[in-house]
Amino acid sequence: MQFDLLIINGTLMDPGFGFTKKADLGIKDGKIAKVFDEGKLTRKVIDKFPAESIVDAEGAIVTPGLVDIHVHFREPGREDKETIQSGSRAAAAGGFTTVACMPNTQPAIDNQETVKFVTSLAEKGDCRVYCVGAITKNRDGEELSEIGDLVKAGVVAISDDGDYLQNPEMMRRALEYARMFDIPVISHAEDEFLAGGGIVNESFESSRLGMQGRPAVAEEIAILRDIKLAGLTGGRLHIAHVSTAGGVEAIRRGKAEGVKVTAEVAPHHFTLTDDLIGEKFDTNLRVNPPIRSEADRQAMIKGLIDGTIDCIATDHAPHTEEEKDVEFDQASPGMIGLETSLGLAITELSDRGYLAIPDLLRKMSSNPAKIIGLEPNSLNEGEVADITIFDPEARWVVKKEKFLSKSKNSPFVGRKLKGKIKATVMGGRITYRAK
Amino acid sequence: MSLSSRHLLQLEGTPKKDLDLILDTAESFREILDRPIKKVPPLRGKTVVNIFYEPSTRTKLSFELAEKRLSADTMTFTTAMSSVRKGESLKDTVRNIEAMKIDMVVVRHSSAGVPYYLTQCLEANIINAGDGTHEHPTQGLLDIFTIRQKYGKIKGLRVLLVGDLKHSRVARSNIWGLKTLGASVAICGPSTLLPYEAEKFGIDVYTDIDEAMEGVDVVNILRIQLERQKAGLFPSQREYTNLFGITTERLKRLNKNYTIMHPGPMNRGVEISNDVADSPASVILSQVTNGQAVRMAVLYLLSGAEEQGNKV
Amino acid sequence: MNKNNAHEIMDDHKMARAITRIAHEILERNGGAESLVIVGILTRGAHLAARLAETIKGIEGVDIPVGLMDINLYRDDVHFNPDQPEVRKTEIMFDIDEKNLILVDDVLYTGRTIRAALSQIIDLGRPWTVQLAVLVDRGHRQLPIRADYVGKNIPTSFEDNVRVYFTESDESDQVVLYPATDKKSKNGEIK
Repeated sequence: MQFDLLIINGTLMDPGFGFTKKADLGIKDGKIAKVFDEGKLTRKVIDKFPAESIVDAEGAIVTPGLVDIHVHFREPGREDKETIQSGSRAAAAGGFTTVACMPNTQPAIDNQETVKFVTSLAEKGDCRVYCVGAITKNRDGEELSEIGDLVKAGVVAISDDGDYLQNPEMMRRALEYARMFDIPVISHAEDEFLAGGGIVNESFESSRLGMQGRPAVAEEIAILRDIKLAGLTGGRLHIAHVSTAGGVEAIRRGKAEGVKVTAEVAPHHFTLTDDLIGEKFDTNLRVNPPIRSEADRQAMIKGLIDGTIDCIATDHAPHTEEEKDVEFDQASPGMIGLETSLGLAITELSDRGYLAIPDLLRKMSSNPAKIIGLEPNSLNEGEVADITIFDPEARWVVKKEKFLSKSKNSPFVGRKLKGKIKATVMGGRITYRAK
Repeated sequence: MSLSSRHLLQLEGTPKKDLDLILDTAESFREILDRPIKKVPPLRGKTVVNIFYEPSTRTKLSFELAEKRLSADTMTFTTAMSSVRKGESLKDTVRNIEAMKIDMVVVRHSSAGVPYYLTQCLEANIINAGDGTHEHPTQGLLDIFTIRQKYGKIKGLRVLLVGDLKHSRVARSNIWGLKTLGASVAICGPSTLLPYEAEKFGIDVYTDIDEAMEGVDVVNILRIQLERQKAGLFPSQREYTNLFGITTERLKRLNKNYTIMHPGPMNRGVEISNDVADSPASVILSQVTNGQAVRMAVLYLLSGAEEQGNKV
Repeated sequence: MNKNNAHEIMDDHKMARAITRIAHEILERNGGAESLVIVGILTRGAHLAARLAETIKGIEGVDIPVGLMDINLYRDDVHFNPDQPEVRKTEIMFDIDEKNLILVDDVLYTGRTIRAALSQIIDLGRPWTVQLAVLVDRGHRQLPIRADYVGKNIPTSFEDNVRVYFTESDESDQVVLYPATDKKSKNGEIK
């Protein structure tokens, strides 16, 4: 049998199907053509194969491609921050084979044309790019977008991300309407009346720094409202970047009551706390929802462990240097995350014994895929070859100049991480290979 | 004799020995202000730039005079004449100013953390003249200096700050400095104008002014900004005055030999009554004079501190 | 400072005699104590100033105003020094205009301290005369300055160290010469 690509010497780990074994993979026409159990692929075959088409996964884990359902690729509108091209390259470098883009572009992704524009650009990119459509036209909270049309064009969810849909009546309609298409409504849950104007978490830290706070209760109230509405309508609700202990608790109860609610957490919310802000006033730490207290951080970890939080999503939010190298309260909120996500998750969650690697991978691949209605990636023969290969033991330091994202706004620069991507394969093509 | 930092950004974390050195040095400078020629030469040849991104009258004047009295060359730059409105970034603006070969920058800005940010963009010594609602270290120092002048010490005194504590940089600097020097600090104001988790500053928090005044040596009355009322943080000026205004009647619970302070500008009849403002216990005008001495001390002590930095 | 080769130049008796002599000379030259004010340079010039005032009081029976002066803000080496010198309080609680001001220091060496003191005096007022009294003149002037009253002239080499001790701040009244031993000179530093 002739292959296009071989992945050899690795440990296959497919948490979706629950197996871990030493094996080699033969890839053909974008699919996993053959799984060779250890030793079945002979040296002779390997030696004859062109070196550039072999991924040597010695010491590494070979796993179904990672999925990030919350990224901002800024195209159309702010191509100076990120493009579909540069964003998908950064995704591949972070081990992702599939991402979902939020609709807060300029113009917003609220019509078929914009969806088609984004997906057509993505065809040349280094990962699969799905669109999340806007709930309301122009994301202004007034009228529903043509959601049926958007679904036809391929959107996998709807959201007015970046803003909370303030009008509860509108949110109820969105959940009811989206139910027809079995897509989730993703909520950026922060009540603007309570959070508006705030730039950091409300805590003693905000008091100390004299900065206006965004109180935890702004998120908690917003989540509670949306869970009630999801319960009422039977619609699917997904809570984006939960950041507060109270928010996690609300989701836990919602799930227990049988509401169709899922949730994600961003890596910065399970790694960073707000006491870092006063150290250097690093504008890369400014993000909405803000980084919170240590108790909140612990609640994120607990939520991941007990399954309240279904998945990890980066909220990859590129901003230019010009927008970040300014006064703290003038800086655009958000940070990039694709290229540090797995490293942070392994360092902060697996290495500290909170989540075993297979559980972690479930939260970064099969779970997020299911939330947006995609078939989870798998390593079985015949499946699409979307594969991530990483060394769980390799240590590295995050370097600004190494980011493939067009923007470099990461507060993790200089941080030592464990767990490094060796290569990413999407549709049988190597989209990233570590030097 | 030098401070442990080459900038003065905040009183939080400023060690006691630095506070003592500034206050002792200010004591020496205070005498110069009574001379016929109120000018000494130690900053001859140094250029100090005052960058004010927020309107200010007294702090700006006080710094300018302090610099001139130390024989520094000074220039002052305010938003009205800046290129800020033309869209130039803060970084570019300050770098342009530094390219004019300056030694020190005094900065006021509406964003917390700007003085720290400038230490990252510039080689000059940076003095914080108020950053957002974060800190105003020279005001804190001059308040502390004024208290020390009267009582000869800070340790063991009870100091009460009254008013809009949430939005007060003066309060934060006072709290940190006073606590480092061993005073016991209390705050009192409407609960909507107190910082979140204020007790974590290590202070006593009150909303009843009469209770708060009990056993207090120094009352520092903060200016109440009338726009806070419009933002819905208290119902009316009238109600504020009734509940928190400092009147002669309310002073009865204070310790003997009490002191009344106000960082200015005062709203007479709102947070402070006329007779309290003008009473013998009021040191409000001494605060202004002492501000000069304290700022001279800070400028003098920091101007020697460049060699520790990256400047040769 | 070489403690081993240190030798005493003046003991307490010699110091007392010198101070008495200077007091007489001051009175003689100024025709009494009436117009006099005394300003001592901190720290040990201030001790000497107090001693002189006391001695003059013993002779004439009048209290002469005595002030203290810190010259650090007027030093000419501020920009050469990484550490800012400590600023102490100048305390001259009287009018110096039209007075005969006796400026007092313990040791006269390069003359830079006196230059700084003169600059400060001019900012403080306009004395009729300024006269300089020192306990020890050790030579090596770098500026055109001379003393009007000298307790003792001591020939020294530039690197030597001369110390005057007063019981007000030290163990005894004494003037000691510490000869230089190594090449580490204290060039240009204001003693």
